[in-house]
Amino acid sequence: MRVHPTADIGPFAVQERRVRRMSSCVRLLMVLGAVLTGLAACERRPSGTTDDGTGDILVGVYASLTGDGASFGQSSREGTELAVDEINAAGGLLGGRQIRLLVEDNQSRPEEASNAVTKLITQDHVVAVLGEVASRRTLAAAPVAQRYQVPMITPASTNARVTEVGDYIFRVCFIDPFQGEVLAKFAYNDLKARRAAVLKDIQQDYSVGLTESVVSHFTALGGQVSEPVSYSSGDPDFRAVLTQIRAQKPDVIFATGYYTEAAVIVRQARELGMEMPILGGDGWVGDALSNGREALRNTFISNHYSGDNPSPVVQHFVAAYRDRFKKAPDSIAALAYDSVKVLADALTRAGTTNGAAVRDALASSNVTGVTGQLTMNAQRNVSKPAVIQEVTYADGQAKFVYRTTIDPD
Amino acid sequence: METLLQQIINGLSLGAIYALIALGYTMVYGVLRLINFAHGDVYMLGAFAGYFLANALGLDGHPSVFWAILVTIGAMAICAAIGVVIERFAYKPVRHHPRLTALITAIGVSLLLEYGGQVVFGATPRFFPQMIESRTYALGGVQITNQNLLIIVVAVIVMFGLEYIVHRTRIGKAMRATSYNLSVAKLMGINTDRVIAFTFALGSALAAAGGVLVALAIPRIDPLMGLMTGLKAFVAAVLGGIGSIPGAMVGGVLIGLMETGLSATAYSTYRDAVAFGVLILILIVRPSGIFGSSVVEKV
Repeated sequence: MRVHPTADIGPFAVQERRVRRMSSCVRLLMVLGAVLTGLAACERRPSGTTDDGTGDILVGVYASLTGDGASFGQSSREGTELAVDEINAAGGLLGGRQIRLLVEDNQSRPEEASNAVTKLITQDHVVAVLGEVASRRTLAAAPVAQRYQVPMITPASTNARVTEVGDYIFRVCFIDPFQGEVLAKFAYNDLKARRAAVLKDIQQDYSVGLTESVVSHFTALGGQVSEPVSYSSGDPDFRAVLTQIRAQKPDVIFATGYYTEAAVIVRQARELGMEMPILGGDGWVGDALSNGREALRNTFISNHYSGDNPSPVVQHFVAAYRDRFKKAPDSIAALAYDSVKVLADALTRAGTTNGAAVRDALASSNVTGVTGQLTMNAQRNVSKPAVIQEVTYADGQAKFVYRTTIDPD
Repeated sequence: METLLQQIINGLSLGAIYALIALGYTMVYGVLRLINFAHGDVYMLGAFAGYFLANALGLDGHPSVFWAILVTIGAMAICAAIGVVIERFAYKPVRHHPRLTALITAIGVSLLLEYGGQVVFGATPRFFPQMIESRTYALGGVQITNQNLLIIVVAVIVMFGLEYIVHRTRIGKAMRATSYNLSVAKLMGINTDRVIAFTFALGSALAAAGGVLVALAIPRIDPLMGLMTGLKAFVAAVLGGIGSIPGAMVGGVLIGLMETGLSATAYSTYRDAVAFGVLILILIVRPSGIFGSSVVEKV
């Protein structure tokens, strides 16, 4: 500690004076805080009141355009834009009003997801919010939409708790309790697996929820599951945990995390001489999965839709997407496309952008989407069949090949 | 038994990565008494330099050992230059200030590289091209890939190489003299600025080599990859005795084995906590580390 020779009072005296000054500061801050809280409480009104019924309809999108989940963000944005452009080209909604998208990047971080939605609602005054894909980020942002009573539709967050946040939160995908059942059934009935091991990403609500469901369903079918092994998003090396799994000699491995880690997991598993089937959920749908390369042999995923489906709705979407983005759409893009169609349908039926009215309309949605019939149930979820796809690797790309469809009970 | 052996191999592979980075920490500390927290980020820059070079040369899918070596040397040269620039503009201006100033500057440089990296390269993880063909050797149920073997071999070579440079060459003598007493070394006619620049160039080149090698074995790279790995390597350097070259090697391998051992239990998610717990323990019980003695054993 250096002491200033010019100081004519002791450090304690200085401190005391500072404390006194600070306490008056604190008091002022407290008063200010109280006033602001009061103001904020007044601000808490349904956003529909800010919409004067003319001009563009503002719809907010928050997505992981960069970071670990960038593929999710890009796909969902593309699917969303495609649907919005189709609606606008067909004359818009509510008497010719166009939909205008406001897109916010959350860098694949939950805290940014919540900030993005706060901004979209309080500053941009959007009438509805679309997003996110990863359950963890949707769970972080949903309470904001609920608080301001702005309807939110998540295209692809499958964790069961997402729509439990409140009555303004909807989704257009199936939920993990069902997805886990599908994976467990496929492993047990089709792959004839009896012993299974599970790798879960402890940081992701999606992975934790899916793991729970897979384990309970596989056990219920009569299979054996060893204690799930955990890792954290961003871990670069899985050799140690995989070696531990290898010692248990499972017939099948469930890797319930997201695509970036899945690519490394399959590679390192094959390097360790583990050739058993590896199964994942829809979280594997991302461009970086291709980095699993040849190691992707003998891997399967559960997914929301298959582009091979001959239904005209699906084929129209696949052709339009291909035409615009020069690539095949993945299931995230398809779900995002569906989320816009569901919102548009609800806005039309509500005849207004008022938050409560749109919410009521959403609750009774029944739309034929690309990913199936989207009928909203009382829990604001939709019940749809899932497809099982085999992952193959060719020409530097991972491809999903349709295997079977599994219906909900 | 098979599992135990495999875990030991896994631990050695991981430990060799930490050792490779810890060697750079220890060398800079040995000469300057500065913990260069940006070292882990130079390692990240090395991996990215290798990534861009390899893609520019179109190596993805066309494995070639010759080009892989060339890419590694290129990445090392780029990072050596970056290391010298960092030293010149960040550390040299504060060299005669209290040590804490330099330490905080180092943390600043580290943050600059991490978040600057996110701006320049984007936060999305990339996958390193396969520059050399991946082969797995199996010995009675124990698997090791050629890339991991390479990391272990290179780490050992680098350790002996550094020992040789520091103790057997003229520049090494100058480094030791600078470490012993900077002003006296200057009086004796040693160009200490050049010695320090050389130390940074060498340390950064090693970090770059580590970055490329690790990216070959674990292909996922992102701008924050140096953060955790760098901190673990720092723990390894302290555990081995910071300033000691064999200490860095031993510390790295110990941390690697420990992490792997822990991953094999039900407590796999406590890995990081244990690594840093070791740091705290070492600083309390034996701050000079395993190989460090309280007598000044300087590089």
